[in-house]
Amino acid sequence: MNAGTEFAIDVRGLNKHFGPKHVVRDFSLQVRAGEIYGFLGPNGSGKTTSIRMICGLLTPDPGSGSGTCLGYDVLRETAAIKREVGYMTQRFSLWEDLTIRENLNFVARMYGMKHRREAVDGALERLGLQSRANQLSGALSGGWKQRLSLAACLLHQPRLLLLDEPTAGVDPKARRDFWEEIHALAADGLSVLVSTHYMDEAERCHRLAYIAYGKLLATGTAAEVVSSQKLHTYAITGPNLAPLSTALRALPGVGQVTPFGNTLHVTGQDDSLLRAALAACTSDAAYRVEPIESTLEDVFISLMAGATDNFVEQ
Amino acid sequence: MNGFSLSRWFGIIGKEFIQLKRDRLTFGMIIGVPVMQLLLFGFAINADPKNLPAAVLSADNSPYARTFIRAMENSGYFRGVVQVAREDEAEELIAHGAVQFVVNIPENFSRLLVRGEQPQILVEADATDPSATNNAIGALQVLAATALARDLAGTLGAAPPSPAPIDLRVHRRYNPEGISAYNIVPGLLGTILTMTMILMTGLAVTRERERGTFENLLATPALPIEVLTGKIVPYIMIGLIQVGLIFLASQFVFNVPMKGNPAVLFFVVLIFIAANLTLGITFSSIARNQLQAMQMTFFFFLPSILLSGFMFPYRGMPEWAQWLASILPLTHFLVLVRGIMLKGNELPELWPQIWPILAFMLVVILLGLRFYKRTLD
Ligand SMILES: Nc1ncnc2c1ncn2[C@@H]1O[C@H](COP(=O)(O)OP(=O)(O)O)[C@@H](O)[C@H]1O
Ligand SMILES: [Mg+2]
Repeated sequence: MNAGTEFAIDVRGLNKHFGPKHVVRDFSLQVRAGEIYGFLGPNGSGKTTSIRMICGLLTPDPGSGSGTCLGYDVLRETAAIKREVGYMTQRFSLWEDLTIRENLNFVARMYGMKHRREAVDGALERLGLQSRANQLSGALSGGWKQRLSLAACLLHQPRLLLLDEPTAGVDPKARRDFWEEIHALAADGLSVLVSTHYMDEAERCHRLAYIAYGKLLATGTAAEVVSSQKLHTYAITGPNLAPLSTALRALPGVGQVTPFGNTLHVTGQDDSLLRAALAACTSDAAYRVEPIESTLEDVFISLMAGATDNFVEQ
Repeated sequence: MNGFSLSRWFGIIGKEFIQLKRDRLTFGMIIGVPVMQLLLFGFAINADPKNLPAAVLSADNSPYARTFIRAMENSGYFRGVVQVAREDEAEELIAHGAVQFVVNIPENFSRLLVRGEQPQILVEADATDPSATNNAIGALQVLAATALARDLAGTLGAAPPSPAPIDLRVHRRYNPEGISAYNIVPGLLGTILTMTMILMTGLAVTRERERGTFENLLATPALPIEVLTGKIVPYIMIGLIQVGLIFLASQFVFNVPMKGNPAVLFFVVLIFIAANLTLGITFSSIARNQLQAMQMTFFFFLPSILLSGFMFPYRGMPEWAQWLASILPLTHFLVLVRGIMLKGNELPELWPQIWPILAFMLVVILLGLRFYKRTLD
């Protein structure tokens, strides 16, 4: 590792085309060592593609961008990167026709580990899977597959974890346990880049990046991302919210109207226009309108909507 | 630090073995296919077919001709001998495969016979399946010598005419070379190996790609050469099992002679297996999915079967086809195996057929390494 590298990932201006499709545009990301970095965005926005470029599974378009991963050049030193990165794929990608132990053992061999037996036994013990070590991994439930995958990519003691939607389809209890483990690992100095769809998970990350249609739209801590969007949000409570939301959407200055149970969140970027619209629709005294803090979810919904508009224009 | 790692290599071999062991269907096919093909082809070849349909085009209605026809039927080799009156009728029967033989008895048959002038009987045989006709033709030869002995004894007195009273001419149609069972069992060895080796390995990498496990393999430091060759080794052993089965059957069931050195045969077989496996692995790294790998296998397998000399005699093909066939390992392998088993050839005589297989292998592995994708692009 290069001396004094403070970033686990530092890439700038990466692009990726699949045929004519520009899947990732000018992608830049800085993940500090020991940080848990959340990577958010709708389906098909290029999260998996970006992660694959970082760990050398995809080559970025030639002549565009560069960067380092753990101090190694992402374009040229992919072999070194592979040795020190643990990558958990979006889909379960261990061998379903191998047992749990055989899978771990195989992975350990691929990384040329010295004390393979001890490492595999240790991983099984931490997983609590010693008694089922000889079961085929294809027979495991989603939550167990996820834990096994995590154990497999931690086996060679990587310095950076790349987790691609690790908690998709996993129950809330298992998700909570999973995040506890991630935080424990980060506390030990491991850097983590994790892509997710869940807001609560986004809030558990030290920092975030939001990507849509291949473009990075916002980065920073959760608070920074929220404040950077300069979004104004009002909560409305009262009767007949459904017709009200239809009426509001038609007015200028109203960005997103999102129902949250018995309240309606109305967001917009121009506060005076937004207030005028609200005043026009909620003159009835039955409605209560109050300004609230924008949440991460409000911001993401607004970002996603904006990005869709950009996409249509092109 | 980036060199070939034996430990990783053994890891890949071990994994492949475990997966093979668990994939019952594939494993069953690997053993079952040669056994089934041997039973089907081998016994079809080795059987002594009787009751073959025949037609007689007789221009002579003498008792001698009738005796000859009855003797044909009594031999057991011919069934329902039909009499036809015109040549085009006979031609149509044999062309459509309604009969396997047409026996032409000439006009002056009995007159020449009585005079001891050896009348000619022309037998046209449909030799597309030579093994089916050879024994029957043999039986005809015997008949020519003996069938009329009793009838003639009355006419010509005690002395049986020598040479044979009839000059039997056989005209093998459609397949003049008349490939024998000895040719086909060694040929089966080559075709079965070509088929299973290429197909099994062709599926090896594409299967990983389709199941998504390839991404995991790529994310590890494993080198392409380790993955490719590590996947080949288990199938070499499987190929050897197949060869063992076929060889044993050729010796003890079909009695094919083994004139040459078994060690030389083993060596040649090993080279041939390796050549097919490299091709399979290369297909596997070019194809995007298992279906494509399968299509490539058949695309290669068909010319191998048709042009190599397994189905049709090599020397009967036009020059361009011979040239094409000389690229295929099976063409050389057939010559090698027949040479070793039937003629007892040794390595120096075999070398001209060995190096083309080696050259084929070299080109193919270079292509494979070139196309093996280190990334998911
Ligand atoms: N190998 C590939 N070939 C062609 N298109 C691809 C490939 N991989 C991904 N894509 C396309 O790139 C876009 C981004 O995909 P992806 O990175 O998987 O998004 P995400 O992980 O954010 O859901 C999608 O439109 C997808 O169809
Ligand atoms: Mg994805």
